Amino acid sequence: MLPIVVEALIKIALVIGGLMTAAAYLVLGERWIAAWIQDRLGPNRTGIPLTKIRMFGLGQPLADGVKFLFKAEYTPAHVDKGLYFFAPMTIFVTAIAVFAVIPFGSVLPGGIFPSSWGVQQPIKLVIAPGVDVGMLFIFAMGSIAVYGVVLGGWASNSKYSFLGGLRSSAQLIAYELPLGLGILGVVLASGSLRLDAIMEQQAQNGAWNAFVQPLGMMVFCVAAFAEAGRMPFDLPECEQELIGGYHTEYFAIKLMMYLVGEYLHMVAAAFLIVILFFGGWHFWGLTGSDSQVTWVEAILRIVVLNVKVLGVIFFFMVARWSWARFRYDQLMSLAWLVMLPLGMVNVAYVATWEEYGETWAQSTHLSPQVAMAVCGWAVFLVSWYVATKLSPPMSDNHPRLQPEADVVPVDPVKI
Amino acid sequence: MNAEDSKIRWIEPPRLGMLGKSYLMLFIKGLTTALRHLFFHKKTTLQSPEERHEIVDPVNYRGVHRLNKDEQGRVKCVACFLCATACPAHCIDIVAEPSPWPDREKYPKVFNIDELRCIYCGMCEQACPVEAIELTSLYDLTGASREEMIFDKEKLLSVFDQTKDREPMPSKRAVAASGDSP
Repeated sequence: MLPIVVEALIKIALVIGGLMTAAAYLVLGERWIAAWIQDRLGPNRTGIPLTKIRMFGLGQPLADGVKFLFKAEYTPAHVDKGLYFFAPMTIFVTAIAVFAVIPFGSVLPGGIFPSSWGVQQPIKLVIAPGVDVGMLFIFAMGSIAVYGVVLGGWASNSKYSFLGGLRSSAQLIAYELPLGLGILGVVLASGSLRLDAIMEQQAQNGAWNAFVQPLGMMVFCVAAFAEAGRMPFDLPECEQELIGGYHTEYFAIKLMMYLVGEYLHMVAAAFLIVILFFGGWHFWGLTGSDSQVTWVEAILRIVVLNVKVLGVIFFFMVARWSWARFRYDQLMSLAWLVMLPLGMVNVAYVATWEEYGETWAQSTHLSPQVAMAVCGWAVFLVSWYVATKLSPPMSDNHPRLQPEADVVPVDPVKI
Repeated sequence: MNAEDSKIRWIEPPRLGMLGKSYLMLFIKGLTTALRHLFFHKKTTLQSPEERHEIVDPVNYRGVHRLNKDEQGRVKCVACFLCATACPAHCIDIVAEPSPWPDREKYPKVFNIDELRCIYCGMCEQACPVEAIELTSLYDLTGASREEMIFDKEKLLSVFDQTKDREPMPSKRAVAASGDSP
């Protein structure tokens, strides 16, 4: 019993320490990328404290952290005190708890400890190995994170925070459906809710889900962007109109909990995109594909997974400066009128394929992977074409030029 | 706002074709623009204390004030109070005294300029009849206290010593200009 507990504690320390450091340096990375895209230089001076050593600004996260910690802990008089303290903790705790079931590698080969310790089997690189409800756990935690946003907006007792919280809750709930539908296709294909099983299925299949279910990938990526509250779906925060939305009234360490929580959401979304659709630790000819690994393969798998995750995070950061933000009605119609039907189409396609695809592929003399990829891209293009043709997000909220016949004109004075 | 007001001109947004409605071009254009700037564009930031902004015409620039000196090293000011009268921010404080020199009646015993109150409009420079006060091209003055930022006569004269070679007085400039064209 004891070795299992020690093993779990070591993994927790590794993951939490790594995540906190990563979140700090991702903030720096985001500031750099933002600056470079805007033809600026970004933070490039902060180095070792009390010396003149600059280190290209790598001391910036430390300086930011110290600044947050030592700021005055000020609580506005008009807030609901209990909820005001509770909300940032909710979002922070759930953001970290998600990582209990997200693997950060594959497995380590067994036998690294003396045999008397009783840990001989390969060590799975996930805090809670073998949680069969892995995906559901992530969803549950993600749903609780909505409470952090809503309670933060409510407890602040300020109209900007409240508007931000309202927008955010509507957005997060709306995009949870396409998120779930995007995952459903993957779960159908792999037959398991466990993330390591999903990765193993892709590795043994050789074709990542992004290639065979492009529609599911697109739906999931859009929904993940919206769930993480990133551009072009950053309606909850929108600095321009809501001064930061639900965390307008927060300061110092509580604000930091919100910001770090949001970054962890982004990291978790990147992990999920990679694990569900880009093969996780798998890379052809490099990492092997079965659960028996050598040390080289084990380390390669960790490296491949994390490089992929960093690539997706880089895409998140570049995307922030690439596209204009959606208007709120466009955001909602995109969720309900485009992404939800597309997700359903993807689920139907994957289910049909699982039932009839194998036999059909044999009759066409194609390998099943190629046949599924061809079908997947065909479904993707056709459904995108149909969505474009119908184009529900193009509806506009201009006032009507010609009042319709049955609309009684309202006297403007009475309003 | 009444939507039926005849004075309002409604402009129809351009109609998008299939390519525009599919978000495909938007996706590609936005991403390529961002990546082009990220990797290939020259950064325009100026690393301020090490690199300096180039001031195109230091004579026209309105920075820190200076009190000009004549050939004998005396302050040129005759304590006429025209600059203090012209100043819209009331930042010039002059105490006059009978002049020890025979060529004028008064000279400033005290000449203080509150550099924090000053709005750097340059009206003192225009009001001065003897070209004694001028604005230089020094733009980054700092201080640890408000008192330090009230520049007295000595300080303003020392600004002249710092900047006289780079920015000569108007009379010297006129001589230099006429020297060029015979």
